[in-house]
Amino acid sequence: MSQPIRLSISGMSCAGCVGTVENALRAVDGVDEANVNFAEHTAMVKGSVAANQLINAVKQAGYDAAELAGEEAEQQKEEVEFAYYRGLIRKTIVAALVGVPLMIGMYGLFPMLHDPHGQSFWLVVGMITLGVMVYSGGHFYTGAWKSFRNHNANMDTLIGLGTGTAWVFSMLITLWPEIVPSEARHVYFEAAVLIIAFINLGGALEMRARGKTSQAIKRLIGLQPKTARVMRDGVEQDVPISEVGLGETLRVRPGERIPVDGVLIDGHSNVDESMLSGEPVPIEKRAGDEVSAGTINASGTFLFRSTRIGRDTVLAQIIEMVRTAQASKPEIGRLVDKVASVFVPSVLIIAVITFLIWINLGPEPRISYALVATMTVLIIACPCALGLATPISIMVGVGKAAEFGVLIRNGEALQLAGRLTTIVLDKTGTITAGHPEVISVIPAPGQDASTLLLLAASVEAGSEHPLAEAIVSKARQNQLTLIKAEKFEAITAHGVGAVLAGQAVWLGNQRLMSREGVDTANLTSEAERIALLGQTPMFVAQGNLLIGIIGVADPIKTDSAAAIEHLHRLGLKVVMITGDNRATAAAVAKQVGVDEVIAEVLPQDKANKIEALQARGDIVAMVGDGINDAPALARANVGFAIGTGTDVAIESADVTLMRGSLFGVVDAITISKATVRNIKQNLFGAFIYNTVGIPLAAGILYPVLGILLNPLIAGAAMAMSSVTVVSNANRLRLFKARR
Amino acid sequence: MLWVNLAGLLSIVLIVYWFWLSRPRSKKVTTGTAIEILVENGVYTPARITVGVGHPVTLRFIRKDVSPCAEQVIFHGLGKSETLEVGRPNEITLQVAQAGEYRFTCQMQMYQGTLVVTP
Repeated sequence: MSQPIRLSISGMSCAGCVGTVENALRAVDGVDEANVNFAEHTAMVKGSVAANQLINAVKQAGYDAAELAGEEAEQQKEEVEFAYYRGLIRKTIVAALVGVPLMIGMYGLFPMLHDPHGQSFWLVVGMITLGVMVYSGGHFYTGAWKSFRNHNANMDTLIGLGTGTAWVFSMLITLWPEIVPSEARHVYFEAAVLIIAFINLGGALEMRARGKTSQAIKRLIGLQPKTARVMRDGVEQDVPISEVGLGETLRVRPGERIPVDGVLIDGHSNVDESMLSGEPVPIEKRAGDEVSAGTINASGTFLFRSTRIGRDTVLAQIIEMVRTAQASKPEIGRLVDKVASVFVPSVLIIAVITFLIWINLGPEPRISYALVATMTVLIIACPCALGLATPISIMVGVGKAAEFGVLIRNGEALQLAGRLTTIVLDKTGTITAGHPEVISVIPAPGQDASTLLLLAASVEAGSEHPLAEAIVSKARQNQLTLIKAEKFEAITAHGVGAVLAGQAVWLGNQRLMSREGVDTANLTSEAERIALLGQTPMFVAQGNLLIGIIGVADPIKTDSAAAIEHLHRLGLKVVMITGDNRATAAAVAKQVGVDEVIAEVLPQDKANKIEALQARGDIVAMVGDGINDAPALARANVGFAIGTGTDVAIESADVTLMRGSLFGVVDAITISKATVRNIKQNLFGAFIYNTVGIPLAAGILYPVLGILLNPLIAGAAMAMSSVTVVSNANRLRLFKARR
Repeated sequence: MLWVNLAGLLSIVLIVYWFWLSRPRSKKVTTGTAIEILVENGVYTPARITVGVGHPVTLRFIRKDVSPCAEQVIFHGLGKSETLEVGRPNEITLQVAQAGEYRFTCQMQMYQGTLVVTP
């Protein structure tokens, strides 16, 4: 029976509407039962049907509906899973309660088949064993049969055939002992039930371990509040999250989660965005600032207007990206896919060949040896460990990375990120804060600093360049009243000019000054000096008279140097790329310790520079803001888009870093390496397990050492192999981000 | 002994034929309809679905198997996956632009199905 679906129904004004909605719901194919609760404005629907079909039906009837997933569904899911887990444990105990005494009894306590009453004793044991096999292992036999009918073979096929053969052979020689030589009259009832016990136990343990692998995505889903407080007609009301529309005004109180994305319109607060960006310090939000669904309002109460809802919120996009990435496979896993798809039939063939070799060439009693070896081959082979090795590590690794604001697009990016040799960092906004500030104001001899700043700011007031913003902002800080500029012109790669109070004023580089015939000899050495400190010097001239220089610099992020040092420790060559002049670039490079500088590069040429590095044989990552650097990010082997807070363009790159720190790059590379290492360990373990286990089970050591593997040991090994793979992947959860 | 050997060889031939050379019957889907796929006892039923190229198809997975093996369905080569909730319909809508056979499996690849996209 399917779980019931709960819907929130809106638009019902009278009790009469109940019948209309119920009829609309009942008319949907697959609905067994539909009940509307008018008081709660909810509907409970049972049957085999999807929620969106029901919602459409309600809408067609003239009302609106949304699914109420809520905590109940989650709780129900946990209850179902726990019941399944308990079922497996119960089946294990029942099988063990019969299997263990049988195994002990085999050591001389029970009568032999040829003893008086031996046959009837074993007949009873056989029937009891059959009952246990049906109760504890029935799901294997049903699965095996259904798979067979579907031209498919899976783990159930192997277990079903292995234990089934043991029971059928044992029963045959109990009924007709004379069909085999007297020394081969040995029954295997205990092996059949104990193997089932082991595999059920393994399944239960694996289920416990698997629960932890999807914690990251569950945590992200859990960030989404279920209701929102919306202002409608001047009244605040709590509504289900699915009913919040675009452009609505919502209130968030201290300690509450923000329900949808929006823009703050009244009040101010500090918002904890760590759950999305990994940024530990709460961010101050004022009117006009963006807020994101799932983040926590730490202090004040505020009103905001919704701008993105449902699948469009940053949180929803993160969840979608993590889900997609978790399901993707890197190249390393593709070979395994091919092996896994032909694995079980291959094992069946190996089992037949094993039987034929033992029955033709084995020692007496041949039938016993052949049977034990065949059964052991079937039982020891573990396709699950092989199939799980890659996806389970990707699932934990990608999920863990998302926890500290590193979104890895797919398994391919993850694998490549672990193999990088060179990392190219864009300067502005990546190494530096991306907000230039005026550092130096140096007037020419006989000129005044205030006039210099006033003239520069008045010219720049008409420009949108980030450097211009810095100068204008500095003038405002100094409370200067700007002069109205006329005839503003921007001269590409030179600077800007305008007419202020009838006089031409120029602001730009040495080339602009030469063009305008301005003598800069007085301040050339000063300009060189500040350039060496990482500032961009800009000359200011009135007519052809030099007024002074303004030095603007983009402050370096406090942790950039430390992060670059870590990148070096990871064995990476670090290159800085920038459109800035060589002297400024070199000064910044020196402060943060990069290995190579590529300066004076036009934005459109960045991709070519990446290609040149790749031509040298380097595997190159590019780190940039994801918007201006899009072509370079696309050209690089792995593109990292770095953002501050939640305003980054998700999906613009292979890896998206939700916090501005370059340590995000360190984390992404470290966890990628750790995940790839984890996959390799899992694959190595699963391959070695099967490639060593199967020949051992077939009896490859018997001719040399006289050793044949016990099928019970094979059962235990098989049960533990996939638990081991899942547990190894779970180690990735211990990974810690660097702050 | 001859008969035993012959039976052994015959079973190898049958394994190769049944699991690799022959295919289960395919369920054809017309545009706009949803097809229900039962996830139970280690198999998807139906396990082979045929759809025309470029036609949107909705697959409604009904997961009855609680074991973690059945939890995810992954469409290889289409970059699509879905976590299947137990007992409630899980819908995936696909529109494949290129003809071919696309496998869909659980993570462990014990559950196996094929989406056949015909030109």
